[in-house]
Amino acid sequence: MLSRRDFLQASFAASAIVGASGFGNWARLAAQQRLTQEQLLDFETTGNVTLVHLTDCHAHLKPVWFREPSINLGVGEAQGKPPHISGKKFLDTYGLEAGSPEAYALTSEDFVALAREYGRVGGFDRISTVLKSIRADRPDALFLDGGDTWHGSYTALKTAGQDMVNIMNALNPDAMTSHWEFTYGIDRVKEIVETLPFPFLGANIFDNEWNEPAYDSHAMFERGGVKVAVIGQAFPYLPIANPRWMFPNLSFGIREERMREVVDEVRADGAELVVLLSHNGFDVDRKMASQVEGIDVILSGHTHDALPEPVQVGKTLIIASGSHGKFVSRIDLDVRDGGVKGFKYRLIPIFSDVIQPDPEMTALVDAERAPFKAELEEVIGTTQSLLYRRGNFNGTWDDLICQALLEEREADIALSPGFRWGASILPGDPITREDIYSATSMSYPNAYRSEMTGELIHTILEDVADNLFNPDPYYQQGGDMVRVGGMGYTIDISKPIGSRITDMTLLKTGEKIDPAKSYVVSGWASVNEGTEGPPIYDLVEQYIKRKGSIEITPNTAVKTIAG
Amino acid sequence: MQMTRRDLFALAAGLAAAGLISLPADASTDAVEAAIKEFAGGMPETGGVDIGAPEIAENGNTVPIEVFADGAASIMILAAGNPNPGVGTFHFTEMSAESRASTRIRLAKTQDVVAVAKMADGSTKMARREVKVTIGGCGG
Repeated sequence: MLSRRDFLQASFAASAIVGASGFGNWARLAAQQRLTQEQLLDFETTGNVTLVHLTDCHAHLKPVWFREPSINLGVGEAQGKPPHISGKKFLDTYGLEAGSPEAYALTSEDFVALAREYGRVGGFDRISTVLKSIRADRPDALFLDGGDTWHGSYTALKTAGQDMVNIMNALNPDAMTSHWEFTYGIDRVKEIVETLPFPFLGANIFDNEWNEPAYDSHAMFERGGVKVAVIGQAFPYLPIANPRWMFPNLSFGIREERMREVVDEVRADGAELVVLLSHNGFDVDRKMASQVEGIDVILSGHTHDALPEPVQVGKTLIIASGSHGKFVSRIDLDVRDGGVKGFKYRLIPIFSDVIQPDPEMTALVDAERAPFKAELEEVIGTTQSLLYRRGNFNGTWDDLICQALLEEREADIALSPGFRWGASILPGDPITREDIYSATSMSYPNAYRSEMTGELIHTILEDVADNLFNPDPYYQQGGDMVRVGGMGYTIDISKPIGSRITDMTLLKTGEKIDPAKSYVVSGWASVNEGTEGPPIYDLVEQYIKRKGSIEITPNTAVKTIAG
Repeated sequence: MQMTRRDLFALAAGLAAAGLISLPADASTDAVEAAIKEFAGGMPETGGVDIGAPEIAENGNTVPIEVFADGAASIMILAAGNPNPGVGTFHFTEMSAESRASTRIRLAKTQDVVAVAKMADGSTKMARREVKVTIGGCGG
């Protein structure tokens, strides 16, 4: 039995029980343009149980460009700790070399130059190759899907998630959990779940009338002679961050006490390895690991973080596997005498030019896309600037969306939600309709136009800021700060709610925002039923078509005071 | 369109945000303290009472709350930030399996829910738990 003290040592030490992590070995080889699939997949099979984690792919079936955030601030105990590090600090923390494939995969440093060198990432035909390779080593590896799988693309929206269900079924997962899945509405979720050949888990999903569990909390597996419990945890704040009216009879929440009960239940049933397949977000998972005893591994999703090593909290290993199909995680565990004796972990970057596509999966993906091929590929315009979304404040994709809202809806101020999904586009590249849907596809897309007082706009910004920067992770909803157009402000993330946001300025006049005055505001993704306005993807398409060529001046009117 | 205050709640947030924007008068700290003292005959020590509540309310109009205090004869619940803080008092008898009760309450805005328990021997205990009422963020 590994003692608590053993596990408290650095993860390097813990992994050294069974051999050093594979991450890092291939970096210099790749820099010399000799990176091979064998090197990416190299893994000395260890122990008796293998877990494979894919999460937050947001229905991106084909390889994409994806720039990681250059700003990802942590607050409270998470300040300065992974995943709240970026850029050079990230490289230094993990001993990665600037310009290496790892630097390209995990940070935003020199993104455009490295993108041209190392190519696109992700693609389900490459993911299939990786899965087949792992299953060749370990035929009974557990493949677990962390959710945000059915949402995020043109084809997913048009088929109400069916394309992703078909593709995932072909990859044969052992279980999944959820978040955006519910934005197709409860009837559609029920319809799909009935057809799934694997469990759809959510220990924290309750019927809000009777306060009873609405979905299975966990599934038990036997792997390599080990009894494994996989517990699911859906995104806790679905009815707040997404439209409650789409699933009116469900309640979610963090429900720490419920998690404790389920862990105790599976342990009592003989589970020797307890895995939490989570859509909590990283900071919530870190707190949950410190509060709930008995979870061996948390496969963390929702906040789209990618970390090359597990974070250890007590005896719990937390794995963060990125988003958009850019990474697949493999963890091998040595489970004996009722406990984890060692592990080996690798975050496998899906470099699409290095990993061979699995032709069977290429054919399946292309078949799902075939009915929409012409619409997907239609070029709407070109961009002279890098378009990306990730980061705590404005990214250039949202600067573009905000500009489109300001002009198309003749507004003073634009608000664009702080989603973390949406791929990047390199400077000089065409913008296709598929690209627009990558950043805007959703089932409640209407771009409203309304009058709001300065006081209300302030309240909204404060409220969203507290969802992101509350020092207690259980009050964080994931996502980033709402993006603004036509307005600047200063944010001090260390302050409490109500006093973080100051110096709100209307950019077109340079005047301070007057709390009592009304402003015309346009935005999208309102959680209110019956919101009126054109769908955001149509509005953005119309704007790009009209402009032809897009050049973004990044919004520098948002100033940050960090800690 | 000219937004009314009512539209606005719905637009930005759904009903849960109503309290945030309309900013009803708080129950004064005095009123909460007075209610506790009247029930308990003084300020009770903290601990010995569990309050089950969501960290963030999904719907401020109906927030599920559970209270438990081992051996309590009665438990009073207050919503410290509502204009009228009194929610109710549960009484337990020897026939009660345990001193546990659940209900749903309306919370006008982010505030503490307070539970005060009176034991069979007359001693008293208290707990507070913050429940946030929010407009809603935008998840990943």
